[in-house]
Amino acid sequence: MGLEEYKGVYVFAQQVDNELSGIAFELLGKAKELAKDLNTDVTAMLLGSGIKGLADQLAEYGADKVIVVDDPELKEYRTEPYAHAVSSVINEYKPEIVLVGATAIGRDLGPRVSARVATGLTADCTVLEIGDFPLNPIPGQEQKHNQLLMTRPAFGGNTIATIACPDNRPQMATVRPGVMQKIDPVQGAKAEVIEFNPGFTPDNKYVEIVEIVKELSNTVDIMDAKILVSGGRGVGSKENFQILQDLADVIGGTVSCSRAVVDNGWMPKELQVGQTGKTVRPNVYFAIGISGAIQHAAGMEESDIIVAINKDETAPIFDIADYGVVGDLNKIVPKLTEELKKVVK
Amino acid sequence: MKIVVCIKQVPDTKGGVKFNPDGTLDRGAMLAIMNPDDKAGLEAALRLKDEYGAEVTVVTMGLPKAEEVLREAMAMGADKGILVTDRVLGGADTWATSTTIAGALRNIDYDLIITGRQAIDGDTAQVGPQISEHLDLPVISYAKDIKIEGDYVIVQRQYDDRYHVLKAKMPCLVTALSELNEPRYMTPGGIFDAYDADITVWGRKDLKDVDDSNLGLAGSPTKIAKASDKVRKGAGEVKTDLDADGAVSYIMGKLKEKHVI
Repeated sequence: MGLEEYKGVYVFAQQVDNELSGIAFELLGKAKELAKDLNTDVTAMLLGSGIKGLADQLAEYGADKVIVVDDPELKEYRTEPYAHAVSSVINEYKPEIVLVGATAIGRDLGPRVSARVATGLTADCTVLEIGDFPLNPIPGQEQKHNQLLMTRPAFGGNTIATIACPDNRPQMATVRPGVMQKIDPVQGAKAEVIEFNPGFTPDNKYVEIVEIVKELSNTVDIMDAKILVSGGRGVGSKENFQILQDLADVIGGTVSCSRAVVDNGWMPKELQVGQTGKTVRPNVYFAIGISGAIQHAAGMEESDIIVAINKDETAPIFDIADYGVVGDLNKIVPKLTEELKKVVK
Repeated sequence: MKIVVCIKQVPDTKGGVKFNPDGTLDRGAMLAIMNPDDKAGLEAALRLKDEYGAEVTVVTMGLPKAEEVLREAMAMGADKGILVTDRVLGGADTWATSTTIAGALRNIDYDLIITGRQAIDGDTAQVGPQISEHLDLPVISYAKDIKIEGDYVIVQRQYDDRYHVLKAKMPCLVTALSELNEPRYMTPGGIFDAYDADITVWGRKDLKDVDDSNLGLAGSPTKIAKASDKVRKGAGEVKTDLDADGAVSYIMGKLKEKHVI
């Protein structure tokens, strides 16, 4: 079959406990842009057990069609039944692009599916666009148009590569959570809902779930925060994070931190921003006592406004900050909190 | 029990990244190490060997120099080492790499295959699950604990806010998180023995049931359109001469200007 017969942009609409994950909406937002460039539509693949009701929500965030695979075998995520379902959808409907979140689920599902349908997969993408491959014409080589160009960091964020999948379909990417923008939901939007069930025949590859242990967390997800007050080693101690918390409280923000802080045991891992933590893009990111090593920058440099406070004027954070002040955070942060109290109700 | 551990030699990005004068990565100046997740996978295998008795074979694909990580693994306690190296295998993406390693593994017996979750150079986490698909095996990714019960492996599989305890019949493939354990050191006797140990070297002709069209750069579905060192966001303003009051009014001014407050 010719590559041109593959049509449409598909996203894997991840749900956990029958609740759609944020990444599903982010992927739809990006898929809508890509579909516009390709003059095609957006299809969400919704897998689970008793999940049909989630289709409307996907429509509101940009899905034109929702393919629902509803089966008891899909109640909890397991590699094999999920890989079987997604591969079957791909073989049946032949999408040209398949996007999967680079989550703990998607980074397991994506490679298994890509190997099964014999196509390429680009991991952990941060930019997706439609363009030509090769980027510039090369004599003696066909330049293909309307290709998915997938950009991703490698070497711990030190290099960046743009990758294409010119000769195989679908073009598959896992996409880093927190990077793509979801659209403002269109209330009442409806999608064409297609029910599809490839049939499930359990075998050795259907791994048994013996137990599910939820690790309770009382912290908010820093990826959803509009304002982050983030502290680094320079904050000095676990106790001193209180001055960041006070600032966050007054401005309606959330406290996050750098890796050094987690390594020192001052803050839990789920508040860590950076290459080995979470990628965030809040409206405002306060980097307080954070030197801004490349691994940290990789997780926050897409923030709209970066305000840095650091006593070391050579700190690399000042290379990416919009507004930087060199000074003592112990003096500046409490004063800033006091000033904000006067203007914020 | 026979355990195969897949390991990779990678440049050490944690020990400081070195750049050439033209701004590209200077791989030659960076230390080559055993990938951390792979080392955790090897340690997990060696602990299973200590507890249940097992033969541990380490396999790597790479340049001839990658033999170094096999010897390191053997100095830690692995029994056999296999190096898969061939010019035609170079430039492989994860599809071609997993095809190659699966082709090598078809030659040997195993109950359990362990790979690291991901390598610190590529960060893809794709090769382990793709090998399992090529070999038609169950896969459990992101393992933070591995136990054996008869013919089954019991694994704690980490997710964002929970873990699943999974039970899979062997043979199967498990990908290990570096949080899994603290890898042991090489022993002096182990280093001495590993230096003299025979390493099996396989090339293209030794890969079983593998088509040429799926190997190396040419057999890779993904192609690099462009690679560069990361372009950083341009610097904004930095105020170096403000006292605390000045700094606060400067920040307040900017927050107002940008309608944050």
